[in-house]
Amino acid sequence: MERLNQTFTVSIFTENTIGMLNRITIIFTRRHLNIDSITASETEMKNVHRYTIVLKTTREQIDKVVGQIDKLIDVLKAFVHQDDEVVHQEIALYKIKTTELKTNNVEQVVRENFAKILTVDPEFIIIEKTGHKAETQVLFEKLKPFGILEFARSGRVAVTKPMKELSTYLKELENN
Amino acid sequence: MKTKELKITGSEAVIQCLKAEDVKTIFGYPGGAIMPIYDALFDHLEEVNHILTRHEQGAIHAAQGYARTSGKTGVVFATSGPGATNLITGLADALIDSTPLVCITGQVASHLLGTDAFQETDVMGISMPVTKWNCQVTNAEDIAPTLAKAFYIASSGRPGPVLVDITKDAQFQAVDFSYKKCSSIRSYQPQPKLNVEQVQAAANLLNEAKKPLMIVGQGIMLSNAEEELLTFAEKSGIPVASTLLGLGVFPAKHPLFVGMVGMHGNYAPNVKTNECDVLLAVGMRFDDRVTGDVSRYAKQAKVVHIDIDAAEINKIIKADAPVLADAKEALAVLTDLVEKQNHQDWLDEFHQAKQNELQVLSKNRNKNFSDELRMDLVIDLLSQKTNGNAVVVTDVGQHQMMAAQFYQYNQTKSNVTSGGLGTMGFALPAAIGAKLANPEKQVVAIIGDGGFQMTLQELGTMMQNNIGVKIIILNNGYLGMVRQWQQMFFEKRYSFTNIQSPDFVALAASYNIKGQKVEKQEDLSNALDQLLNTENAFLLEVKVAKEDNVFPMVPTGASVAEIRLQ
Repeated sequence: MERLNQTFTVSIFTENTIGMLNRITIIFTRRHLNIDSITASETEMKNVHRYTIVLKTTREQIDKVVGQIDKLIDVLKAFVHQDDEVVHQEIALYKIKTTELKTNNVEQVVRENFAKILTVDPEFIIIEKTGHKAETQVLFEKLKPFGILEFARSGRVAVTKPMKELSTYLKELENN
Repeated sequence: MKTKELKITGSEAVIQCLKAEDVKTIFGYPGGAIMPIYDALFDHLEEVNHILTRHEQGAIHAAQGYARTSGKTGVVFATSGPGATNLITGLADALIDSTPLVCITGQVASHLLGTDAFQETDVMGISMPVTKWNCQVTNAEDIAPTLAKAFYIASSGRPGPVLVDITKDAQFQAVDFSYKKCSSIRSYQPQPKLNVEQVQAAANLLNEAKKPLMIVGQGIMLSNAEEELLTFAEKSGIPVASTLLGLGVFPAKHPLFVGMVGMHGNYAPNVKTNECDVLLAVGMRFDDRVTGDVSRYAKQAKVVHIDIDAAEINKIIKADAPVLADAKEALAVLTDLVEKQNHQDWLDEFHQAKQNELQVLSKNRNKNFSDELRMDLVIDLLSQKTNGNAVVVTDVGQHQMMAAQFYQYNQTKSNVTSGGLGTMGFALPAAIGAKLANPEKQVVAIIGDGGFQMTLQELGTMMQNNIGVKIIILNNGYLGMVRQWQQMFFEKRYSFTNIQSPDFVALAASYNIKGQKVEKQEDLSNALDQLLNTENAFLLEVKVAKEDNVFPMVPTGASVAEIRLQ
């Protein structure tokens, strides 16, 4: 039996109802699975919400979890993908003392990592970097020597590479 | 169906919804947050019956017994806070055993939500993992559409319990009432479209099979597929085994019936699960109590799995030919596609093994407990006296497995027991519900001395409503199943399984229920006659051998082929 953990991205499309996040997460909790990251927002379709959950587990386990998520009454459709099947991105924000700007090094780090400076306050600057987790982590390590006052990283957002559109699925559901 | 609009209160709307859903019986317990609904109910007692139980757990188990023996959705009322939390065990039980319920709980007024108000609890959060769906209503106008959805979800597809939590202010609000039954929800596909290719693949396997074995579960009953099953079995000639909850969907007296599978199932269907060439599973979910060690379960067989719930296919056992469909529809099509066959030699092996099994069990018991009354004797005699036609409600433990083995269930919807959750205390209230759904039938609750003491307060419900349930307490003075495991696997260290009981007959008498206690084999027959012939309720306490064990047994972690007869 396959026991090797790998990273999966679960995309769940749901109705916009109270408690939906809870309904989804308890299915992971039941199987003692830890979620690495989670994001949720409205999709291109009004009242249809998308949850993107990233976690490490086995293919066998994740297929069963997704089956049970798909079974939830207010879930329209749930998918599971491996990293090579999705285009994904995370955003990270770094707060650094403005005095650090005076050294050339910060500018160089920002340039080299294709990050941008969002705001400059007399006391601090905020740097933004979007990318894969590994990329935002590289910038984190490089900024560390300057003293990071605050750091925040979002969960993964992901769109799938296959072309079938959400609206197609919805039509299929409504025609059934 | 759309009823005409008129301005009424939210609580009146609740009752009107129940009437529109043809609800005849509600089980419940009033309290502060649900008082407006009880007040509205008071004007409709001629159309809707309400049974006051002695505990909310009793109410929900009664509704389960009602639902499982009638095929209708059971309805429960409870108040907020402790009233609602007392439903949780029943919700979990109904979810795992696929029982349609609509539970309506009162909730504190919406402005008090989240404030730790008196009798406020997060019912939505607590009940979410143990319901098929739940919903909180804070506006009276949402009551009708939510309840319509609730009844639709509870009873369609794979049935299950639904909870609707209604705040007190919504119950008081005035609303323009109209009721429209729900028949579809876009995110919910309860009735998968039958894929004929899948059925053909299944038929191909079955037509080639030399040693096919069928295991049927409660799904047959839930899809009303008993006739289709009978026709299919008789044409295909495949031996029919049953899960615990499947007992009764195929008549026990039918020559193709070969017994129960699982931990305490019969010898042959367990052993032959690992000998058959095609295993056909219909409306069952390969519970671990059925499979034993999954890695050594039916490895030689091609598996055909028919189930309505996509999440069950390949969950435990990988299906070579999965059929995602309603059992009724799938079996009808499968019957057309299979060839008429006779597997007499294969079938004879089952029946010979059954004879041997019964001989070994009875020989051992006669040796160990020569003069004593035993659970198997009581249930065997009860089965004979009722011709396997009674509704038998059992609790959890040794007596439950004995009933499954020795009662010859010949009728569908006649076997009510807590299967998946194994809820002790289930039987007495469930039997009350079963009797109310089937007033003309003999309803017998078989309960152990332990389980009976978990919900015996429901004797009060029987007394107040004159409910003629026949109770048989098989009293061995132990929590018998746990004691058996302690004997077999914990070196006879009987840690807290010795249990004292009150005088059950005197207890029944205090509830104005007749009773009798028997301790000798020669008194059993007359006592059972009296139990069955008494028009009203009756309690029969049978003192049975203290240290009898349930066999056959597939010990935990063993393969079904390693089933033990002693």
